[in-house]
Amino acid sequence: MDKYTIEGTPKTPSISFDLSSGVLEIKGRSIPENSIEFYKPLVDSLDKYSGAAKAATTVNVQLEYFNTSSSKCILDVFKKLEGIHKGGSAVTINWHYEEDDEDMLEAGEDYQAIINVPFKMVMVAE
Amino acid sequence: MVDVFDIYDKMERNNILLSFKGEITSDLLTSILQIMENKMDNMQEEPKMKKKVYNVLVECLQNLYHHLDEVADTEIDKNRSAIFMIGKTEGKYSIFTGNYILNENITGLKNRLDEVNSLSKEELKEYYKKVLNNGEMSMKGGGGLGMIDIARKTGEKLGYNFLEIDNKVSFFTLNIKITQQN
Repeated sequence: MDKYTIEGTPKTPSISFDLSSGVLEIKGRSIPENSIEFYKPLVDSLDKYSGAAKAATTVNVQLEYFNTSSSKCILDVFKKLEGIHKGGSAVTINWHYEEDDEDMLEAGEDYQAIINVPFKMVMVAE
Repeated sequence: MVDVFDIYDKMERNNILLSFKGEITSDLLTSILQIMENKMDNMQEEPKMKKKVYNVLVECLQNLYHHLDEVADTEIDKNRSAIFMIGKTEGKYSIFTGNYILNENITGLKNRLDEVNSLSKEELKEYYKKVLNNGEMSMKGGGGLGMIDIARKTGEKLGYNFLEIDNKVSFFTLNIKITQQN
């Protein structure tokens, strides 16, 4: 029951966060004009989850596009996950990118360099 | 009388695919992005190029969207208006934007553009990470990441110009080129 979900739109991704199994999925496009407003509920639910985190937390990020305004919010989400990782839940971030999308791979590597959580770069065939 | 043919002819000669002049709203951004996505699909643009153009378009248009407010709060209504054009010549895309800017903000913007233009690909990557991690997030935008991101993704210098209109405002134009990279 403890689940936070949001449907995707042309400018915002779908989000599914199952707090009882520790699986978070972010998929689609993230290009809203106001990304702070969009990501706040997710950041809040991560705060809630951090108090009762599972032994393992799996995060699947599969974005087609994201704007620079979202990039800051995604970093905030990852920083929350870093805290959860430090708190004892084994967090893994699976960063998906399409085969020909070097920019998306590089974006994942940028986060990997900043955030102290294991990242896996997952190539998706088109 | 407006010389419509003159406008048409200029757009034709510059291979303009889409242009818009007016107030930039959130809905308009959605429409422009959708139109350009359809156009690139119809032109059978290769996915890599399509993604780059789309990404750069989003940043350019959202820059316009966020910065119109700054001038509009203090100035007359026409200042909410901006111009946007995208053209394609010999496989290269060119994006042009133009908007009013307060004269007092020119120096700051010019310094940022010059800084971005002075950096190599590797330096841009480091600068991006630094601003992403340490930079202040403005309430609306990405806090200065947009231009860095555009320069990184295109691998091209950002072309710009400031045209002084009066003692309060100038017209700022930005020209971004996107060429095929392999």
